[in-house]
Amino acid sequence: MTTITEPAPRGIGRRVGRQALDWLPAVVVFAAGIALWQGIVVGFHIQEFLLPKPTSIADTFWKQKHALWDAGLYTFKEALGGFALGCGLGVLVAMVFAAWRPLGRTFMPYAVAANAIPIIAFAPIMNDWFGLLNPFSKMAIVAVLCFFPVMINTLRGLTSVHPSAIELMQSYAAGRISQFRRVRIPNSLPHLFTGLKVATVLSMIGAIVGEYFGGPTDALGVRILNDSSYGNFTQAWAGIMMASVFGIVFYGLIATLESLTTRWHPSALAFRPE
Amino acid sequence: MPAVAIKGVSKSFRAGVTALTGIDLEVEPREFVSLIGPSGCGKSTLLRIIGDLINPSAGSVSVNGKSAEQARRDHDYGIVFQDAVLYDWRTVAKNISLPLELLRWSRTRRSARVDEMLELVELSGFGSHYPWQLSGGMQQRVSIARALSFSPSLLLMDEPFGALDEMTRERLNAELLRIWQETGSTIVFVTHSIPEAVFLSTRVVVMSPRPGRIASIVEIDLPQPRTTATREEPRFFELVTEVRERLAAGGALRGETQEPALAEEAS
Repeated sequence: MTTITEPAPRGIGRRVGRQALDWLPAVVVFAAGIALWQGIVVGFHIQEFLLPKPTSIADTFWKQKHALWDAGLYTFKEALGGFALGCGLGVLVAMVFAAWRPLGRTFMPYAVAANAIPIIAFAPIMNDWFGLLNPFSKMAIVAVLCFFPVMINTLRGLTSVHPSAIELMQSYAAGRISQFRRVRIPNSLPHLFTGLKVATVLSMIGAIVGEYFGGPTDALGVRILNDSSYGNFTQAWAGIMMASVFGIVFYGLIATLESLTTRWHPSALAFRPE
Repeated sequence: MPAVAIKGVSKSFRAGVTALTGIDLEVEPREFVSLIGPSGCGKSTLLRIIGDLINPSAGSVSVNGKSAEQARRDHDYGIVFQDAVLYDWRTVAKNISLPLELLRWSRTRRSARVDEMLELVELSGFGSHYPWQLSGGMQQRVSIARALSFSPSLLLMDEPFGALDEMTRERLNAELLRIWQETGSTIVFVTHSIPEAVFLSTRVVVMSPRPGRIASIVEIDLPQPRTTATREEPRFFELVTEVRERLAAGGALRGETQEPALAEEAS
C-alpha cells in the first residue's frame, strides 16, 4: 500500500511477451495433462466407452467441427439469452433492494433460501411450461440459475460502502441518485463481476443440462446425450469439448470486460506481474 | 458573525448513551480550533453535528449565520476524515474534482483547479495515479486537496493525521498551517494528540468524557507563522503542559477508560 508502483511497461510487444511468459507454466501443465491422459489410455488399454484417447477426441472434433459448431452455437445462444435475462434482472433487483433497505430485508431471506434450491431440478418443468423445442425453456432455467449469484453479489457491492464515503457525498449535498451513480455502483463493480463470472459457468451448465431433458436434435446437449446413449463415446467427448470451448471463451470475455472496467481495483494487482 | 455558533447542544444515542451534553462554543472566521479529549468524549460526534451529518438531540448549530443543514446545502463544508476515503475507481485528479463535478463546474475550470490543488498539497504529477498507488500520507493530502477544492469557508477535520507516522504527521501539520494561511479558511480539527493540537490551533477545546462536555478552553498564543522551531520554544511546552493538566482535571487521564468508546462507535 505504501509504495508507489510504476505502471506496467508500455509497448505491445513487451506486454505480449510478458504475458506469454506468465502463461507458460499453465500451458506446460495442460500439455502434460493431455500427454498423461493419452499415455494412460494407451498404456493400460482402457476401453473407449470408459475414456477415449485425446487424439481420437481431437480427430472427431476436427471432422465434425461444422456440425459441432452449429450445435454449440445453438446452445450458447440459449445460455447467452438466459444469462442476459437473469443477470439483468439480478442487477435490477439488487438496485431496488439497495435503494429501499426494508424491502431488501424482507425479501433477502427468501432469496438466500431460494438460492439453496437445486434450481436445475426445475429444468423438466420449464420444458413442460415453454415447450421442449422452444429455446426459451432453456433460457428460463439459465435465467433463474444466473439470477441469484448476480443479485446477491451486486447487492453486497452496493451496500458495502465505507460509511464515510457516503458521509462525504452528503457533505457535498449530493442526492441519493448521485450517491448511487458516483459511489455505490462503481463500488459494486468488482462484486458484480464475481457474480457474472459464476453466472457464465452456470449458464452453460443450465443450457446443456436443460437439453438433456429434451430439445431439438441439433442442440449440443441433445447430441451429447444421444451420442453417449448410442455408444458414440468419442463423439460425446467431442461435444463436451465444444461445450468447454464456448464456456471458456464466454468466461474469458467477461473476465476481460472485468479487467477493463475495474483496472483501478487493487485486486487487479494480484494477477499483474511484478 | 461567528463561523460556527453552537448553543446548548446535546446528543443521546438510541442505546441510551449520552455522547454530548450542554455544548456551547463559538468559532470565529479564520480561527483554527482543535477539539481534544479521550475516546468517548464525543469530539467526533460534535464535529459531525457541526457538519450536519448527524442531528443533535437538543440545542442548535448555526454556520455562517445559517442552519447547519442550509450550510451543507450551500457547500460551506470541506470534510477530511481519519481515513482518506478516496474513491478507488477515480484517479487522484478525479477524486479532487468530484465536489466540483457536483457543483457543475465546467471541465476546463475543473482541471485548472485540480492542478492548482495538486500544487497546493505538493502532489503535482500524481493526478493520473490511482489511490492505491499512493502512500498513506499522500492519500491524506489528496483528501485535503479534495476538501479544499471548492473553497469551502469551513474545514472540518476528524483526526486526519491519526493513522500516520510521527514524521509524516509533523510534516503534514506544517503543510496544513501553510494551507490554512494561504486559503484563509476556518478549521475545526479533532485530534487526540496534545502537541498537534497546540502546534496547529489558535484555541484548544478540551473535552471530557461520560458524558461528553467541554471541560475548558486554552488560548494558544504562539506567534504565527509557526515553524519547526515553534515546537522547541519554552512557551510551546508550557501550553502542552497546560492542555495536559486540563485534560487530567477533566478526568481524561485518570486510569483506563471503563466504557468503550460507545459514542464514537455509534457516530
